[in-house]
Amino acid sequence: MSIMSELTHRDRVFDFLTPTASPVDVRHGPILYLEDVTVSFDGFRAINNLNLTIDDGELRCIIGPNGAGKTTMMDIITGKTRPDVGSVWFGSRHNLLTMNEPDIASLGIGRKFQKPTVFEALTVFENLELAMATDKRVLPTLTARLTGEAKARIDEVLTTIGLTDLRHREAGILSHGQKQWLEIGMLLMQKPRLLLVDEPVAGMTEQEMERTAELLTSLAGKQSVVVVEHDMGFVRSIARTVTVLHQGSVLAEGSMDDVSNDPKVIEVYLGEGA
Amino acid sequence: MSYSQSWLTRPFTERSTQIFLGVLFLAVMVVSVLHLVMPEGSALYVSSYTVTLLGKYLCYALLAVAVDLVWGYLGILSLGHGAFFALGGYAMGMYLMRQIGDRGVYGDPTLPDFMVFLNWDSLPWYWHGFDMAWFAFIMVLLAPGLLALVFGFLAFRSRVTGVYLSIITQALTFALMLAFFRNEMGFGGNNGLTDFKDILGFDLRTDAARLGLFIATGIALAVGYVICRAIVTSKLGRVSVACRDAEARTRFLGYRVERVQLFVFVVSAMLAGVAGALYVPQVGIINPSEFSPLFSIEIVVWVALGGRATLYGAVIGAIIVNYAKTVFTGIMPDAWLFALGALFVLVTVFLPKGIAGLLPGLKKKTDDESEAPTSGKEATA
Repeated sequence: MSIMSELTHRDRVFDFLTPTASPVDVRHGPILYLEDVTVSFDGFRAINNLNLTIDDGELRCIIGPNGAGKTTMMDIITGKTRPDVGSVWFGSRHNLLTMNEPDIASLGIGRKFQKPTVFEALTVFENLELAMATDKRVLPTLTARLTGEAKARIDEVLTTIGLTDLRHREAGILSHGQKQWLEIGMLLMQKPRLLLVDEPVAGMTEQEMERTAELLTSLAGKQSVVVVEHDMGFVRSIARTVTVLHQGSVLAEGSMDDVSNDPKVIEVYLGEGA
Repeated sequence: MSYSQSWLTRPFTERSTQIFLGVLFLAVMVVSVLHLVMPEGSALYVSSYTVTLLGKYLCYALLAVAVDLVWGYLGILSLGHGAFFALGGYAMGMYLMRQIGDRGVYGDPTLPDFMVFLNWDSLPWYWHGFDMAWFAFIMVLLAPGLLALVFGFLAFRSRVTGVYLSIITQALTFALMLAFFRNEMGFGGNNGLTDFKDILGFDLRTDAARLGLFIATGIALAVGYVICRAIVTSKLGRVSVACRDAEARTRFLGYRVERVQLFVFVVSAMLAGVAGALYVPQVGIINPSEFSPLFSIEIVVWVALGGRATLYGAVIGAIIVNYAKTVFTGIMPDAWLFALGALFVLVTVFLPKGIAGLLPGLKKKTDDESEAPTSGKEATA
């Protein structure tokens, strides 16, 4: 009886009735918040008690030697890997550990993989079209028609990434650097709040690197950007704050100069000839 | 292709679809006219045996299109599409059995002969309703569709892909074959369903009914082709290709890969069911051998020979291989499998894009023509 009256109360709002896909709440500052995250694979602790906070609109570089857990960290944020313990929050409202990859993606976290993965059989234009933030359920996708607005948005991104001339070519023919840009462009089409970029300049020429640096710095402010990179010169050219990961946890954090003068960092990372 | 057009009208603006529909229409017309007008004995006369044979090829072509939709565009190599084909065929077969009425050997007004023979005294529950054509025709779509829905839901949700999925589809069709062989299943055991008399009131043994079925199959192939084309030229088609080539990437873009796979898989299974339903009245029998794993593999060979991910290639492959099969098994039956194997090897080595790859730039041309001229064309030329 009491359950019935409880259920029929008009002023009662159930949790499942409140929309969960509400916009990201960043009133308290951080857009991404990782606390005491640990994950182990077969006893090996890839991430060990990691704490990390990214502010809204920040451009953050994450460096660290191989096996420091950089990619695993990205996997956790995007929902690919579940940590053993810890909490991961997007804004102060969304607990990422309760969500799957497509949900996290549509919430506004975009990810660029280490190896450029674009859809090689599709044209540059179509790659961007698929990435566009829109209703991605099956039937709306089947009946989707390209609106003028969407086309304008694609054109805008094509200009940003400098691939306008190649728009109707298959993505498979692009050079390595162009694929990286296309992938960044695909992230931009998703209108993400947070961009995770894994080694964006690996295998790029000097000029391509410069353009990528420009591209990423121009994005910060509008979006929060987290860049994982090995190339110290590149990090120095874009970084405001650098986080050094080592053996799955944060070793140091601060400006590039502070970090590169830190004796612990020199020992584990920069000391190894970098 | 035009991105801003409605998904249903988009296929008709493609050159390749226009050519395909034109050729199919002409072929069906010519065969029908030659069959009706030419006197028997004339060199140009098409016998009703040939009409039915061609109708059978068209059923296979529709089945191949269904397989190409999931294999070519979604990357799901189904080695069990024969199961959906056979289920559609059984649904049709049950309708045709009920149409026999009391004209069976045992003269029972409701029970098919094999049930009388097994001393059953009433119709199993799942045979009810099949005396009505509309119900049977819905089941032609529903039975394979439901199986694909349940199977696909379980498989894709668990992210089973690649060879593992292919193996499971083989197991699926093999399990169904064993089940349908059992008399207790109530589908006629190893004899299957046969001895059909009427369809929609027309006597199946007349030339008119055979020609009607042939034309109906042509229409079904045209409709099925256009549906598949509409899917693959839609944004969903591009998402399918994305799932095929980089599944994880697609997921990170926010698409539910397993739902895309499920949707396309179910559509494909239904098309296979329709192909089976049209096949049964033309060959006059449906038995569990249609479920055999070998048949499902053969379908894949047709598609591979014709050329993957073109749809028209699947049609060409199905017709050529089955024509070759008819000829070869007539001349030297034992050599057929060797010939098929040789054909497969030769095409894989010399024509990696299949027979469709020989057609000069049919697909590319349509793309170039309908795309608005852009600065990209000049810049890259």
